[in-house]
Amino acid sequence: MDAILLQILNGLDKGSAYALIALGLTLIFGTLGVVNFAHGALFMIGAFCAVSLQRLLSLSFETVDPTRTDFLGNPLKVKTPYIESWFGPETGAAIIDWSVPLAILFSIPIMLLVGFIMERGLIKHFYKRPHADQILVTFGLAIVLQELVKHWFGANPIQTGAPEAFKGSFDFGVLLGFDPNLIIYPYWRMVYFGFAAVIVAAVFAFLQFTTFGMVVRAGMADRETVGLLGINIDKRFTIMFGLAAAVAGLAGVMYAPINSPNYHMGMDFLVLSFVVVVVGGMGSLPGAVLAGFMLGILESFASMNWIKSMIPGIDQIIIYLVAIAILLTRPRGLMGRKGVMED
Amino acid sequence: MLGLNKKDTRFLLIVIALTLLTPIILQPFPEGSSLAQFNAGYPDLMQRFAIFGIFAIGFNILFGLTGYLSFGHAAFLGVGSYTVVWMYKLLDYNVIWGLPLAIITSGLFALLIGFVSLRRSGIYFSILTLAFAQMSYNLAYSVLTPITNGETGLQVYTDDVQILMGANEPQSPHFFGIVMRENFWVADIGAWEFTFNNGYYFSAVIAILAFYLSLRIFRSPFGLMLRAIKTNQTRLNYTGLNARPYTLAAFVISGMYAGLAGGLLAAMDPLAGAERMQWTASGEVVLMTILGGLGTMMGPVLGAGFIKYFENIFSKINEQVLRQWFGFLPDGLEGAVVWVAEYFVGSGWHLTSGLLFMLVVIFLPGGLVEGGQKLAGLFKRGKSDEDIDDPEHQPKQSPHVAE
Repeated sequence: MDAILLQILNGLDKGSAYALIALGLTLIFGTLGVVNFAHGALFMIGAFCAVSLQRLLSLSFETVDPTRTDFLGNPLKVKTPYIESWFGPETGAAIIDWSVPLAILFSIPIMLLVGFIMERGLIKHFYKRPHADQILVTFGLAIVLQELVKHWFGANPIQTGAPEAFKGSFDFGVLLGFDPNLIIYPYWRMVYFGFAAVIVAAVFAFLQFTTFGMVVRAGMADRETVGLLGINIDKRFTIMFGLAAAVAGLAGVMYAPINSPNYHMGMDFLVLSFVVVVVGGMGSLPGAVLAGFMLGILESFASMNWIKSMIPGIDQIIIYLVAIAILLTRPRGLMGRKGVMED
Repeated sequence: MLGLNKKDTRFLLIVIALTLLTPIILQPFPEGSSLAQFNAGYPDLMQRFAIFGIFAIGFNILFGLTGYLSFGHAAFLGVGSYTVVWMYKLLDYNVIWGLPLAIITSGLFALLIGFVSLRRSGIYFSILTLAFAQMSYNLAYSVLTPITNGETGLQVYTDDVQILMGANEPQSPHFFGIVMRENFWVADIGAWEFTFNNGYYFSAVIAILAFYLSLRIFRSPFGLMLRAIKTNQTRLNYTGLNARPYTLAAFVISGMYAGLAGGLLAAMDPLAGAERMQWTASGEVVLMTILGGLGTMMGPVLGAGFIKYFENIFSKINEQVLRQWFGFLPDGLEGAVVWVAEYFVGSGWHLTSGLLFMLVVIFLPGGLVEGGQKLAGLFKRGKSDEDIDDPEHQPKQSPHVAE
């Protein structure tokens, strides 16, 4: 029982990341009908927003402290971040410590802008071209973005810590009456799950309860009619693209403390999140979220030791196996609408 | 000749001549001159031209003719490599055992994957093949370590069985005594140096055979059928034909080509690693085919050569070389130019190839071959009667994917 609970918890954070990326992918596919292979790169850019902000905040200047000397006897050079000198040492240190949550604010405008530029500059020209062309051009774009990040940040993973307050783990087991240290779960992963839930809820609320969202949903159902009613649906879809980019970016920002960002994390997640989208059903938003969490949890179950000893290697391939099974038996996915992309 | 019409025979002969003369053609600059770094006539690179040419030719049979975009062909490349290295370990270094077996195993593997994947088309097919390839890659890295030797990669050790190993047999891959990595002739003519390598000629002969086979497939009723699938699969179904056996055959054939290419990679260098199966490697062959010209005979070969050549050249250029080149510019400008150019050279080659890929997909969907034809068209404006805009009687080529 405790092991099952632990695996469910372990699956949640990865599942959250899958769900958020797949949600963005589905938004783009559902609105613009574009298969975006560069979506993983957006996730990666988000993570590197967190890295950049942390570096930006820790920019420091050097002063010579005459009262102290280093081991050679020279006066010691002390590095002080500008932030600390502006806001005082304590506030400054706190700001640097909280750089990842702060990066949420920092990354939203950046991701929106990246999304707009991508849509207006490139994707716009590919609406009428076959899906294979869309796959190819966005695949090229993903390579370009990934290589640029590699050029700027290097090939090694960059550790980006969560705030001090969220380090350490929470003992779930005690809460539910199990022995201590059986079910422990890092605080930051709980935060990540909560954050993902909030974002998903926000996106759904936005689509469900605002006029803008209503128009977008109408456009997803029948683009032409909405256009004929005199609504500039293209503009709204562009905004939705920016929004999808922002969702992917935010997923990346918050993921940075869980897994140190490196330049190929986007590609790693991309394949899996496509699989998630397919399992959930092309164009179905609830399907994407559901499948994201489901596959995340399934993956962590499959990496349990006794399952691995029964079927070796199952943890590596379970997601793909599920996807293949779904595609062959129910091509529209778990919650896909009938007739949408079924062949 | 050989079941080809006159035009194709001439085409094939030109290809054969170019392939056999590659060591000379790719060595246009004398040794020691400043342009010598652009020479490509050394064995390792030429072997890769031939091998990736085979890979791309095979991929083109699937993607170019039927329009099914597979993102998992690297898996077959890996299977081919592993097979050949295993034959080295079990029998001996003669490639005659490994290569045919590589074609068979990758063909079987392709049959399995193709049988499942081809139940869907369009983007689902791409994702299915991608899923299968990632599965093979992950397995090769983890559970299948006894077979693939995991991260280290499969290689031959001295304590391997090698039951057919003769006493005087060469200790590296060979074909009945012709050692792949040896050169049979290094010609110094004036300032030029031409290297004629066994391995290159071995791969080149196989590449020519592969090219001839694909030419025959393109011109056959079977090839016509595959084109029909690309043009309009629904209509084909309505005429009472089942498209799936044909697509499956194309998939298996292209998988066998990939396996052969993988086997040859291991024949040149007795190693096999899981990274050959990664999906970015599949992306590379897509890139080669698109860049060269999808669905054309020569395109994939050109694309493979282009990518491998520039990969090699670009990776060699570093900051010093750039400074040397742009030294004539004023200082500030030189700094700026070098700073920009640095993004694209050295390890930045992937950035260049990504950009190139995007540009080709956006502006030149027909690839280099189409670009060449357009250029040629510019020079003979007079004969405009060839491209009449008359879609009723002379339909335009359809976009290249079966939706």
